[in-house]
Amino acid sequence: MAENRLSSKVSIVVIGGSAGSLDIILNMLDRLEATISFPIVIVVHRKASFDSSLTDLLALRTLLAVKEAEEKEKLSAGVVYVAPADYHLLIEKDGTFSLDYSERLHYSRPAIDATFETAAEVYGPGTVGILLSGANADGANGLKVIHEVGGLTAIQDPEMAEVAYMPRQALAKTTIDYILHNEEVGLFINMLSQESRFYSA
Amino acid sequence: MEYNVIQDNDIEILLNDLYEIYGYDFTDYSKASLKRRINRLFTLDRFLSFAEFRYRLKFDPSYLKRFVEQITVTVTEMFRDPLFYKALREEVLPVLGTYPFIRIWHAGCSTGEEVYSMAILLQEANLFHKSLLYATDINPEVLERARKGIFPLSHMKHYSENYILAGGKKDFSSYYTASYDKVIFEESLSKKMIFSTHNLVSDRSFNEFQLILCRNVLIYFDKDLQARVFDLFEESLENLGYLALGSKETLRFSTISSRFKQINKEKIWRKIA
Repeated sequence: MAENRLSSKVSIVVIGGSAGSLDIILNMLDRLEATISFPIVIVVHRKASFDSSLTDLLALRTLLAVKEAEEKEKLSAGVVYVAPADYHLLIEKDGTFSLDYSERLHYSRPAIDATFETAAEVYGPGTVGILLSGANADGANGLKVIHEVGGLTAIQDPEMAEVAYMPRQALAKTTIDYILHNEEVGLFINMLSQESRFYSA
Repeated sequence: MEYNVIQDNDIEILLNDLYEIYGYDFTDYSKASLKRRINRLFTLDRFLSFAEFRYRLKFDPSYLKRFVEQITVTVTEMFRDPLFYKALREEVLPVLGTYPFIRIWHAGCSTGEEVYSMAILLQEANLFHKSLLYATDINPEVLERARKGIFPLSHMKHYSENYILAGGKKDFSSYYTASYDKVIFEESLSKKMIFSTHNLVSDRSFNEFQLILCRNVLIYFDKDLQARVFDLFEESLENLGYLALGSKETLRFSTISSRFKQINKEKIWRKIA
């Protein structure tokens, strides 16, 4: 994990997961500190019918507030937002969410790319994208865009991922700054939060 | 997808052209979605430069049609959110049934799947004979398709499941005739539908309704435009009329909310004052 200081303050962490990502998301939440200095947005592929129960499940694992992202809602630091089922979750320039029911991307709605790309556009180098296990090419382009705007990119170690395809796609497509072991994801976010505090001090 | 060839200031220029030349006002649409749609279209139609894209849009009215259809999201389905339709069936239609004449407005109906769903509900509640369904959209192309009542056969399995979850008891396929990869819905269903273009941004109220459905349209509008559209709906609803929104949309933070009461955990409100 990084020894060096971040080159810019972290404004947002966006996390994308598909098949086999739930365990590592739960593990990550278990390890998060009770105050995090930026919003965390989680986009998980799932069936439309498996709706708000995911938010409830995640909320049990952390002291941070966990909620489904609502349209026009302002993003707040220290809150974990979950993309609602069956909508793309976008971030607007004014730091609010918007929803979009356009075509599926990579057979997925929500699509990880949609959230990653709009986050990169709004927060630029303050964006951190983390891509987890999955059997899908979604998220790779999003990480590429995050890298291009000077943000940080991270993936779950494909060797440890339940389904390696998604993190491998990202590795093939763009520069990955951090390859994280399963138990490191939460700690990595804690570190980003502490480092970012150093910036605001 | 090539990402963001068309930048924010380009979009401003395009929106300005659209308004000045054609009278379409997209300036109060949510920007993130609009920008993705415009960039998607730019890539899809293989333009080489923004200048070429702009030129085509300015001087080719037939391209305008495509542009409007492509940048507005037209994705929809029949009996979308089945529990919402179940609530309509069980809680709203019995009340509407007490009126001598029922007027319903589908605002932003796209290709009409939800209008046909409503027609089926009304038929099954024996209210269809005294109902009129006004179906409007900004986009003339999708209305043309809605009018025909022709949908892809491949979607019918999913729609049939939705129909059953929404409390449907009949054989869903009894409502259509299949032909190759398409189905055509029973003509009796479209007999009570009136299709017309209507732009929620610029057009006024045109009637009074007992039920207005506007689902997954407001998510594309910014807050100010949402507020204006809510006013339009309030003005277009009879007292005690119903307003139905998409599953992630809400009246809660709007100025009209104090005069509406949510009747169900589905997104259905009743005008109470």
